[in-house]
Amino acid sequence: MIEVKNLTKKYGDKLAVNDISFKVEKGEILGFLGPNGAGKSTTMNMLTGYISSTSGQVLIDGVDILEDPKKAKSNIGYLPEIPPLYIDMTVDAYLNFMFDLKKCKQPRKKHLEDICELCKISHVRKRLIKNLSKGYRQRVGLAQALLNKPPVIILDEPTVGLDPNQIIEIRTLIKQLGKRHTVILSSHILPEIQAVCDRIIIINKGQVAADGTADEIAKNISNEHKMTLRIEGPTHTKDDKTKIADALRSIDGITYVRADMEREKGIYDYDVETDGKTDVRRAINKLCAEKGWNILMLQLSDMTLEDIFLKITMSEGITASDSSNAPKLEVKVKDGELIASEKTDDNKEKADAETAEETDGSENNGGEE
Amino acid sequence: MLAIYRREMGAFFTSGVAYVFLTVFYLISGIFFFNGVLCSGTTDVSPMFSSMFYVVMFLIPILTMKLLSEEKKNKTDQGLLTAPVGLWDIVLGKYFAALTLFIIAESIVFIYAIILSAFGNVVWQTLFGNYFAMLFLGAAFIAVGLFISSLTENQMASAVASMVSLFVLYLSEMLVADFENGGTFKKILFKGVTALAFYSRYMEFTGGMFSLPSIIFFISTAFLFNFFTVKVLEKRRWS
Repeated sequence: MIEVKNLTKKYGDKLAVNDISFKVEKGEILGFLGPNGAGKSTTMNMLTGYISSTSGQVLIDGVDILEDPKKAKSNIGYLPEIPPLYIDMTVDAYLNFMFDLKKCKQPRKKHLEDICELCKISHVRKRLIKNLSKGYRQRVGLAQALLNKPPVIILDEPTVGLDPNQIIEIRTLIKQLGKRHTVILSSHILPEIQAVCDRIIIINKGQVAADGTADEIAKNISNEHKMTLRIEGPTHTKDDKTKIADALRSIDGITYVRADMEREKGIYDYDVETDGKTDVRRAINKLCAEKGWNILMLQLSDMTLEDIFLKITMSEGITASDSSNAPKLEVKVKDGELIASEKTDDNKEKADAETAEETDGSENNGGEE
Repeated sequence: MLAIYRREMGAFFTSGVAYVFLTVFYLISGIFFFNGVLCSGTTDVSPMFSSMFYVVMFLIPILTMKLLSEEKKNKTDQGLLTAPVGLWDIVLGKYFAALTLFIIAESIVFIYAIILSAFGNVVWQTLFGNYFAMLFLGAAFIAVGLFISSLTENQMASAVASMVSLFVLYLSEMLVADFENGGTFKKILFKGVTALAFYSRYMEFTGGMFSLPSIIFFISTAFLFNFFTVKVLEKRRWS
């Protein structure tokens, strides 16, 4: 339905979008995820023909957006970041104008009623847009995008400025739309994308950093696994913590150990990452048996979309010079390194903070006793 | 095009621009009509039309100032440019809306003619000749104003820049008035400037001459500047 090939946009020397390619099938809901300034809006503006691409091609239902813009655009409903509303018009007048502008063939009255019903703006149709709240303006913008029932709907951050109830409503609406339309929506809100989209494309610094379902991305982006352990040492002091952490580190297959907070008195949690190939649970169990420690908890935690997002967007690993096809693996490695180094830093700081807290805590305890 | 035309017409009246424009136009043309025609005891409306040049020059920028600049500022151009309409449709829709309002304003002269006919015989040829001259002058000025409006996001900048450009075009003729009998360079300059002159072309009509080349000049100017406007919109898309 939508095909994007090697799309690139340069603003002067600045590369806003760098060689993005993807395909969206009919009836799919695709989520564009990326931090602010990643190139989401630029990409969407190119998809809808508002701006041109420096190079590359956008095909909407097989029609090139730059070669036959009228035909391609008639298949798209677009809600830009700022809804294109004429604030001195009433909702009704505005929708009628867009109805004419899009050369809709449907019976006017019925179609407008349906759309207003769908977007829940029927009761504000007679009001001036400038008197509407942000949430209602957003909905009018959405209504405008849905006019003429376009096969492709592109929504740029559709839930910004809405209250939680409205966000849920809009999400439900988008899911509903996804049954009959192809939908692309962008957001930097993770749960939103996760809740609504069939497929996710993560964009960072103008490039596709990941593409697939949330699970696929999680599998691709990291081959390491995380788990949280709670181990009881013999002395119930901080010495346990360092001893246990060191012992864990010595196990084959464990790449990273971080002693976490004191969850129960004298007992600490440990965040452990493995290389993903070896199952270390038995080795840990054996170790603890040998040393006489008790495992009180062992919890496997797979990476959430949030972890992935942070991992991709926080790192400097993806640079403009990378050609996007090959280096996915490379990127991961780079990410891993970078993240690891950052984490150790964090770790030190946290550990310092913890020691401070702990001393406080023991003093207090002493006082109580 | 029709949808944009209708919306622009509506916007002229809801935003109040139309009322300001029409009021000022009617008021000043009324004064000129009273002074130049009624008080002089003539039924020739040319004196009124010759004075109206200045009114047209200063009022048209008010009409065109927000046509495209406001779209850009409020990002409503995103709605227009992603809709299945061509750039010419957008530009011409807006252009003809402004032109329509100008024609509504200008047509007040027929009411003056009716008033005149109570006092004597109206010279209809001069009246129609001048009416169309002013119409085409306005058509050219509106295209210039629309073009300038497409260059900026600020309404005031658009209005001031349009007024200044039209005013400079008008003054340029006075500047080179002495050059006609000068050296070759001065002559070339004189010819060049007078070829682009709006004022003297318009004045030909008020002098009682219907000049087809001038009408064609005004129409080509209108076309040319609308073309420029389309190019500006297109260029913005490509930059």
